[in-house]
Amino acid sequence: MFSIAERINGMFKDVREAIKNKDPKAVRELAIKQTEAGASFLDVNVGTAAADPIDAMKWLIEVIQDTVKTPIAIDSQKFDVLKAGLSVIRNEVLINSTKADPEELDKYMSLSKDYNASLMCLTMDKCGIPQDVERRMEFAMKIVEKAVEHDFDLSKIYIDPVLFPINVDQKQPAYMFDIFTQIKMISDPPPHRNVGLSNFSQGRKEKRLLARTFLTMGISYGLDAAVMDVLDKELMDAAISAEVIMNKHVYTEDYLIACRK
Amino acid sequence: MEIPSVADKWSGGVNEITIGATKDKGGTRQKIITIGGSKSIPFMDFEGNPGHKPVIAMDVYDVPPEDWPETLTKHYADVLDNPAQWAKKCVEQYGADLICLKLEGIHPDKGNKSAEDTVKTVKAILAAVGVPLIIWGCEHDEKDNEVMPKISQAAKGENCLMGVVNQDSYKTLTATCLADGHCLITLAPVDINIAKQVNILVSEMDFPLNRIVMFQSTGALGYGMEYTYSIQERERIAALTGDKMMSMPVICDVGHEAWRTKESKSDDKEMPQWGPRDERGPIWEAITAVGLLQSGADILRMSHPMAVATVKKCIDRLY
Repeated sequence: MFSIAERINGMFKDVREAIKNKDPKAVRELAIKQTEAGASFLDVNVGTAAADPIDAMKWLIEVIQDTVKTPIAIDSQKFDVLKAGLSVIRNEVLINSTKADPEELDKYMSLSKDYNASLMCLTMDKCGIPQDVERRMEFAMKIVEKAVEHDFDLSKIYIDPVLFPINVDQKQPAYMFDIFTQIKMISDPPPHRNVGLSNFSQGRKEKRLLARTFLTMGISYGLDAAVMDVLDKELMDAAISAEVIMNKHVYTEDYLIACRK
Repeated sequence: MEIPSVADKWSGGVNEITIGATKDKGGTRQKIITIGGSKSIPFMDFEGNPGHKPVIAMDVYDVPPEDWPETLTKHYADVLDNPAQWAKKCVEQYGADLICLKLEGIHPDKGNKSAEDTVKTVKAILAAVGVPLIIWGCEHDEKDNEVMPKISQAAKGENCLMGVVNQDSYKTLTATCLADGHCLITLAPVDINIAKQVNILVSEMDFPLNRIVMFQSTGALGYGMEYTYSIQERERIAALTGDKMMSMPVICDVGHEAWRTKESKSDDKEMPQWGPRDERGPIWEAITAVGLLQSGADILRMSHPMAVATVKKCIDRLY
């Protein structure tokens, strides 16, 4: 399971303040804590309040890279911010994210290839997010088609079918399970299947339980990546347990320790 | 039409480990052995680097073995009561890559030899041969925990491969190997889940993962070899998919197991239809070894010179 740790985001007050004051302490702490919790990637998002998003992105990435070796996921809707972030990357990196319009895919895949980066692709375009399985799968297909055209390693593509919050449309979570199953069969190797987990249950009374339940159910259908709160130990333990149940790891009494190594 | 490649892509691999230390590394070995390093299913080198060649460790016992048939003992008749000379013969005449000293004689029911006596034996072997040493206890936890630390200290710096530790008894030998710079064998009784658990327990004591060799009690041909085979196969696949707790090289106890079978031991008069014992026995051992190589074995413990020669030839041809 690829856990993309979501906490270094300018939407959170501590990170926003850190960016504003160029005080690395809070960012360093989050980088260490999330790495220790088992993060595969540290998502970095400057938020909307940064005065100079390009400068903020570069500064955050440098601070993190000086602290831990965990790969970074550069999270921005703005192409120039992504590009600036990439220019200071030292290790493995994930670009988060692009929409599935053909011209966007061309642009982002070329950029990713230049930096040997993995790429998160959302099953939506400039017209918006489809509500059904079929349209999302059409986008997934287009993404894979473009990847083949660009000779892009499919094991470095993450497809995110855009999970809605549970209270928006209750039919949607089950649609995701269908989509994970179908994406797994789209190519060999297939692209990864990702969701933004916190958004799913944000603000709900049982948000942690809902996230945990969705994640374990998703894993049983082939979900293998999530932008999530890795500091929620029960969530991480549940994900590892679900993968053991799906025979992704050899079982042992201390499988939780083994999977965190 | 282009035929599509069916080769799998693997993200992990088997750890590379070195046994033995030369003078510049604090030991006295003239030769060191590196095993592991494979990034593919055995013999499928089109999928990835096949790693280092498997090696053969020839068994030497600290006391003359009681249950060996004549087919076997006749090759060692002049050295059976002298482990150092026995080791020398294995290296110089039979081409052993390593020596595996099996401390049968320290077992409380099989001689109960003292740690002091055993230390002398180990030192004599280290002086007699230049190859790296595997030192294998009697698998009586209490006695091993008494004797093995003393041997470990006596061989400090030689980077021996010491064993075996199991789920219930691992702390003493792990700590002593860590202190004295030896590698460690983790044992599981034909159980992949326990194999992983022992590796976790040992690593929780800060023992480096790249100094561990795994041992799944070996089954000989006709006596459970398929169980060992399928577990070792799963271990290799787990290593290739990046499971760090399953990425250790593997050792098999082929000689001892093959020579316990009636097919290799039975007298010619008893079983005339099975062919002459002098050929049948070594063949049984060689087939067990070659079979297990396919599942992913890095060190083979063996006994009969003819079987050793056959398996060496096979390894050389396949790698």
